[in-house]
Amino acid sequence: MPILFRTGDSSFRELLANRYTGFMSSQPNPKFEFEVELVTPSAEMESEDDAQVEMQDGLWHLRRGDFRAHWDPQVGRGHIRQSANPYSIDSVLRIVHTLILAGEGGFLLHAASAIRDDRAFLFSGISGAGKTTISRLAPSDVILLTDEVSYVRREAKGYHACGTPFAGELARVGTNCSAPVATLFLLEKGSENQIEVVNAAEAVRCLLRNILFFAEDAELVEMIFRSACDFVDRVPVRRLTFVPDVRVWDIIQ
Amino acid sequence: MSEKYIARSSQIAARMLGGEMMVMSSVDSTFFTLNEVATAIWQAADGRTPLTEIVARNVCAEFDVDLEIAHRDAEQFVNELSHHGILLVSDRPFDTSPGPVEAA
Repeated sequence: MPILFRTGDSSFRELLANRYTGFMSSQPNPKFEFEVELVTPSAEMESEDDAQVEMQDGLWHLRRGDFRAHWDPQVGRGHIRQSANPYSIDSVLRIVHTLILAGEGGFLLHAASAIRDDRAFLFSGISGAGKTTISRLAPSDVILLTDEVSYVRREAKGYHACGTPFAGELARVGTNCSAPVATLFLLEKGSENQIEVVNAAEAVRCLLRNILFFAEDAELVEMIFRSACDFVDRVPVRRLTFVPDVRVWDIIQ
Repeated sequence: MSEKYIARSSQIAARMLGGEMMVMSSVDSTFFTLNEVATAIWQAADGRTPLTEIVARNVCAEFDVDLEIAHRDAEQFVNELSHHGILLVSDRPFDTSPGPVEAA
């Protein structure tokens, strides 16, 4: 899903090009386009408020201490006002993708994800559950898509996980490729490696807890609920308790 | 004691999955999983049938449970869901059609 950012600042452009290496595209017709207005950082812009996302008169308004943005989903154009840092635009990108995916039956998930033998595995959990650990332990035949935020897309025959440039503690950009999701693992660190079946209600509850969503919009909340239920109906969800060493990957296949 | 009528809110999404009814408020994202008895009450909450009749017909007749206990539990369940805006409660029948039993 190509998104074009326009900025008159060449050093900022270079900064973004470096940050999103592997995810740059030369497609002439981007699906969405943002004009980035860079401003001098101020004390007001340093506050760490939660992001606020709301729809007004057909425009999505995205606001946090460090940025202001609006986006017209109909024409696919928007504007971002921020200082010259990569974190604000990264947050805007995540929010925009949650909005786009919600309408298409997909979602962004707090999860590491990886491809093995052409099948994708998602490893979801709150901070500290082991997303970065399981990513760091991945053997060489595993393609890491992300250690932090997974991109889950609804396709005709199921769900696909796609690589993202959204890095976590591993500070490594994922690989730009995708594969059908084989299993969602709910991560827990423990004293032995073990995989357990999770019932549907618990799976939906855990999935909803880890889906990234910012907008307080009833229609979108309902879409996310339906997507979570549909995902659980189609994709096996398991609890993976693991000892943090490489042997855990012996049971992931 | 006055009669109660219950109706499913239109501001919810619901789905039966793995034999369990899951309900989520689209207003505050509260998520509930309903057991079999609660599901029976939920599905019968058409806004026109009195709660006492729902309990007698859909709970006591279907599950092996005493009427008094069933009614007390139903009242508690209804109060909890109405507190979250998931069920609407009135002392007279509702005019509007109820919200979804199950979203596809």
